Amino acid sequence: MSKKYDAGVKEYRDTYWTPDYVPLDTDILACFKCTGQEGVPREEVAAAVAAESSTGTWSTVWSELLTDLEFYKGRAYRIEDVPADPESFYAFVAYPLDLFEEGSVTNVLTSLVGNVFGFKALRHLRLEDIRFPLAFIKTCMGPPNGIAVERDRMNKYGRPLLGCTIKPKLGLSGKNYGRVVYECLRGGLDFTKDDENINSQPFQRWQDRFDFVAEAVRTAEQETGERKGHYLNCTAATPEDMYARAEHAKQLGMPIIMHDYLTGGFTANTGLAKWCRRNGMLLHIHRAMHAVIDRHPKHGIHFRVLAKCLRLSGGDHLHTGTVVGKLEGDRQTTLGFIDQLRESYVPEDRTRGNFFDQDWASMPGVFAVASGGIHVWHMPALVTIFGDDSVLQFGGGTHGHPWGSAAGAAANRVALEACVKARNAGRELEKESRDILTEAAKSSPELAIALDTWKEIKFEFDTIDKLDL
Amino acid sequence: MPFSSVVDYQTVATLETFGFLPAMTQEEIYEQIAYVIAQGWTPCIEHVQPSASMRNYWSLWKLPFFGEAELGAIVAELEACHRAYPDHHVRLTGYDAYTQTQGTAFVVFEGRA
Repeated sequence: MSKKYDAGVKEYRDTYWTPDYVPLDTDILACFKCTGQEGVPREEVAAAVAAESSTGTWSTVWSELLTDLEFYKGRAYRIEDVPADPESFYAFVAYPLDLFEEGSVTNVLTSLVGNVFGFKALRHLRLEDIRFPLAFIKTCMGPPNGIAVERDRMNKYGRPLLGCTIKPKLGLSGKNYGRVVYECLRGGLDFTKDDENINSQPFQRWQDRFDFVAEAVRTAEQETGERKGHYLNCTAATPEDMYARAEHAKQLGMPIIMHDYLTGGFTANTGLAKWCRRNGMLLHIHRAMHAVIDRHPKHGIHFRVLAKCLRLSGGDHLHTGTVVGKLEGDRQTTLGFIDQLRESYVPEDRTRGNFFDQDWASMPGVFAVASGGIHVWHMPALVTIFGDDSVLQFGGGTHGHPWGSAAGAAANRVALEACVKARNAGRELEKESRDILTEAAKSSPELAIALDTWKEIKFEFDTIDKLDL
Repeated sequence: MPFSSVVDYQTVATLETFGFLPAMTQEEIYEQIAYVIAQGWTPCIEHVQPSASMRNYWSLWKLPFFGEAELGAIVAELEACHRAYPDHHVRLTGYDAYTQTQGTAFVVFEGRA
């Protein structure tokens, strides 16, 4: 006998709170930090989150009875206290795999962080982590190339890569812009980068920039004997414009392009990543808008989720903050999501903010990019925190050198190599940083001046978003 | 700022990792080889004439030294390669079978252009 239709409003927890449920290996699991309105029981809040992010709506509807909601519904299956925060709690929700389109990060996010974030029974809601099952991961292409392929193509081994963003970020003509690229690359950087807001403005149309930059890259390669690249920003108003720019970069023989994945959107990003795989192009990913979404400790989406989503959508580099520079980022949290970018398996570890075991199977890894308010004095800490599979990018710390960008680049390259050499020889970089850099400066006047220029600059503000421990 | 204090930066041709550091002493080279061995990587020696240094493939010296953990043995091979090809660049690479790429690669002897 089939179910009867009983019109009206039921409590969410009657259907969506299932504390006895044992999640399946194929379920997508999510951990939300919930802060409910006063007086609403935790189970009801958790169930409402599960319902509103899956099959539910506020009222019973007759058409529910045409399907098997028990098969499709999301389930709140666990509630945990948030340490040292009595007003919030963690709700764990399991979603059956069939709720989502294969290979679509866009679709997963549309459900998990859709209407539910505006739900009135909640004061705040934050998506802390998602466990993607292997069954979903294998439907995503992921990074177009990955760390190992990029090292082989760019001939960079045994050290972090070195880059910088071209400054000023806006206003240079194409030819003057190419000049700055050339100066940085001939000075010893591996990569230079378009600033994220450089797209194709009246002062510098994209094709003019691409053509001049290509000459700068080629000339620097010929003169230095090393492989070089510039992240040509293909972010555009429409996908058609984006692909036209990518095609032109390929025709110029450039090794790497760039996309802004949050402002551009996941659909555009996934499409461009697939284009990069087909065309042998590396893909650098910027993350403008992330702090709007991820900085508030009680509302929004944690960056570890955005980082996981990028690895699935596709990118070979992703900005992760620097821990030590001018932008927000706690050290343990950063290490936690760097693992999600680079490792093939990441175990649950609350001290790094990882709420689930995450198996990445054979998905390629993503270089962690540290950029923003860093200079040579930070180098020992950066090499220690980020390790070799990273790109360290010094903007002001390159162009701000009293002798210009080429000398600034050389100073950073000397400092980087001195740190790698010392680390390999068994020295403790952070403890001995002053000695290591001072020794290296003896044979590099560029580094000596750089050390003198930036010795007093620090960014010692407390982190706003900390791990709940 | 007086321009008399600004130093003109001259572009240098370099050979990737450690290319911006002064030539390493023998002791320092030993430390780097010891690091390769300690990482569990397979040491390997390659050489090439300087004009061809941008190629992906340099000539292999013998075979990668699978399972070799003796620092002295690697040093002896590096020196033998350098004696056989005194005009060539000679570099040491460390093959990382887990990541399926090279853990590191750096030039030990620079050839004459």
